[in-house]
Amino acid sequence: MTIMKYGQAVDFAVGEAMAEDDRVVTWGEDVKLIHRDLLVRFGPERVRDTPISESAFLYAGIGAAMAGLRPVVEIMLIDFLPVAWSGIVNAASKFRDFSGGRWEIPLVVRAGCGGWYTDGGQHEQVLWGQLAAYPNINVVCPSTPADAAGLMLTAVETDEVVVFLEHQLLSEQWIDYLAGGSRSTVDFDHLIPADGAQGEVPLPLERVPLGRAAVRREGSDVALISLGVGAHRCIEAAQVLGGSGIDASVLDLRSVSPLDRDAVVDQVRKTRRVVVVDEDYVRGGLSGEIAAVLLEADVAAAYARVAVEGTIPFAPHLEYAALPNVERIVAAAAGLE
Amino acid sequence: MALPKGLDPASAYRTMVRMRLVEEALTQAWADGLVPGEYHSGIGEEGINAGILAHLSGRDSMALDHRNTSPLVGRGTDITKIMLEVLGSEEGLNLGKAGHMHLMDPELPAASDGIVGASGPLAVGAAVANQRLNPGRVAVAFHGEAAMNQGMLMESYNLAVAWGLPVIFVCKDNKWSITTYSAEVTGGDLTDRAKAFGLRVRRASGDRVEDVYAAAGDLIRRARSGAGPGFLHVSCHRPAGHFEGDPIVRLLKNPRGQAAEWGPSIADSVRAQGGGSRSERAAALTDLTKRGARAARDYTVRSRMDPIRRGRRLLDPASADRIEAMEATEVETAITVARGAVDQRATFGATGGGAR
Repeated sequence: MTIMKYGQAVDFAVGEAMAEDDRVVTWGEDVKLIHRDLLVRFGPERVRDTPISESAFLYAGIGAAMAGLRPVVEIMLIDFLPVAWSGIVNAASKFRDFSGGRWEIPLVVRAGCGGWYTDGGQHEQVLWGQLAAYPNINVVCPSTPADAAGLMLTAVETDEVVVFLEHQLLSEQWIDYLAGGSRSTVDFDHLIPADGAQGEVPLPLERVPLGRAAVRREGSDVALISLGVGAHRCIEAAQVLGGSGIDASVLDLRSVSPLDRDAVVDQVRKTRRVVVVDEDYVRGGLSGEIAAVLLEADVAAAYARVAVEGTIPFAPHLEYAALPNVERIVAAAAGLE
Repeated sequence: MALPKGLDPASAYRTMVRMRLVEEALTQAWADGLVPGEYHSGIGEEGINAGILAHLSGRDSMALDHRNTSPLVGRGTDITKIMLEVLGSEEGLNLGKAGHMHLMDPELPAASDGIVGASGPLAVGAAVANQRLNPGRVAVAFHGEAAMNQGMLMESYNLAVAWGLPVIFVCKDNKWSITTYSAEVTGGDLTDRAKAFGLRVRRASGDRVEDVYAAAGDLIRRARSGAGPGFLHVSCHRPAGHFEGDPIVRLLKNPRGQAAEWGPSIADSVRAQGGGSRSERAAALTDLTKRGARAARDYTVRSRMDPIRRGRRLLDPASADRIEAMEATEVETAITVARGAVDQRATFGATGGGAR
C-alpha cells in the first residue's frame, strides 16, 4: 500500500503495463512533457508526441491496435475527441463485429474530463453518456487513485476498447496545467475532494473490473448514483441529508459502459428513491439510462436527476450553479416523495 | 524599408499599444488569481493583428483562435466588457458564458473557437455568406502553425480555393504546438503546403507591422475583388508560452524551482526497473533537454523582436509618448472596473452557488 495522487496513479499503472508488455505504447499531444516520467523510462519510440491532429492519431491508434500494438492514445481533453469522432463511432466500435469477432481492438483512449475549475464550455465536458451509446466501447471514470490505477491496468490489459476518463478536478496534473494551479493566488482546496485527489493504492496494483460499481455509503432512504467527482459530491450530500434524518446510500458507478445494472437495481430496490447525479448533459445519456434500467427490472421508485442542462458557463458562480453541486443534490433528494 | 502606401504608423502603433496594455492587465489579473482557468495572451502577435486589422472595415468577418483578445481590442470591442468576461463576470461581453477562449462579438462580426483549426471552416463559411449576401466583404481566419496539422483546417484551404472564396488564412507561426516544438511533428514546408492547395501565398515578419500590412494588403485586396483566397505566413514569438503558467516558461524563469519539482520523479523513472534500454532512456533525456534549449533560445530571441518596440520607431517619440499615455489611462480605467466587479470573490469557485 502506498499513497498516490490521482494522476500519478494513472501514470503508475500505465508504466506497470508498459514494463510488463512491450507492445504497450502511448502517444498524444504534449505527452512527452506531460508524462515525462514515462518518457525517460521507456524512451521516445514508445512515448510519442503527436501533432494537433486528433482524427488522424486516434484512428492510427485503431490501426496500430489491429496490427499488434496495444496503444494508449491520449486525447488531451475529451472535448477534443469529437474532432476524431468517426474513429470511435465508425471504427473502434465496429471493426470487431465486422471481422466476425476475429479482430480485437486493444485500444485505450485516455483523456481528461470534467469541470469545477472554470475552464469554459469547450474544456469541461465529460461526454461519457454519448460515448457509452456505441457498441463495443467501454467507458470508465474513476473517483479515487486506487480505482484510477486499477481501472487503467484493466483497460490496458483487456482486448477491448476502453475510453479512460481522468477527472480534471481530481488530477493534480490537470489542475496544475489547465487551471493554473501553480499560482499561489488561487486555492482549489474547497473544491477538490481530498479523498479523490490523493489516497492509498494497493501494491502490487489490484485490477478493478470494468462494469463493477462500488457502494461508497450504505443508506436506506434514498440512493444517490454517480461517478467521478459526482460520487464525492454525493457523499457530501449524504452527510447533509443525514442531518435532516434522510439516510442516503451512495453508489459510485466507476464504469458508464458496461453499466453495473445489478448494483443499480439492488440499491434502488432497497431505497425506492433514487437521484442520479451526472456531470454530463441531462438528455440522451446516463441519467435516462438508469431510469430505463429500473423500469426494465420492474423497480418502482421515485426518481430525480441532477445533471448539466446546457452549455457550461465560464463565470465561476454560473459554472457552479450549472454543475451538479451539493445543494442541488440535497434539494433533489429531499424533494422525493 | 519605406512605409507601405496607406499605412498610418501612429494608428497602427496605437492599436498595438492598446492590445499590449490590455493583455498585460489581463495577465496580471491572472497572476493575481482573478482570471479563472487558462489565459492565452496575444503578447507578441501585435504586429500581425495590427497589420491585418488596418485593412479590415465595416463588417469584414474574423474567425479567431485561443489568442482572440487582441484582435477584438484592435477592432474596437469595448475593453471593459472584454475584461469583465475574462475575469468571470456576468456583466461581461458574453454575459459570463464564454470566458477568454470563446469571446464572441456578433457586431463586428468576430467569433472565437478554442478547438485548434476551427477558425478555418468558420471563416470559409463566413466567406460563402459574404460572397452571396455582402459582396466585397472578406473573412479572415487567424490560426497558428500547429493548426496546419489539423484536418479541418487543411480541408478549409481546399474548399476556399475550390469555391474561389474571399477568405484569407493568417498563419501566426510561433514555432510551438502547445509545448511541443512544431518542427518535430510537422512534415514539409508550410508555405509550400499552402501553395499546393492553390492559395495565393505571402510571407511577413510579425515583429514588423509595416511588413505584415504590406503583405496582408495584397491578399485582402485580391480577395475583396473576387480573385480568390490567400494565405499569409507570419513569424512571431510567444514570450509567455502557450498560456500563463506554461510549464516550460516556468522552467525558464525558475529553473531551480521547477527542477526540484520534476527532478526526483524523473530520476526515479530513469532508473526504474523494467522499461527501455539504456540508450532509449538516454535518447529520452536528450529529447527533454533539447526541448528546454529550444524554448530558451526562442525566449531570448523574442526580447530582441518585440513588434511594439519596432513599431515605435515608425513615429516620432513625442507622438508615441502621447499614444502610450492615453491608452494607459483608458486601460487602467477598464481593468479597475473589471477587478472591482469580482473583487469580493476570494478565489473563484471556492464558495457556493450565489457567491462570486
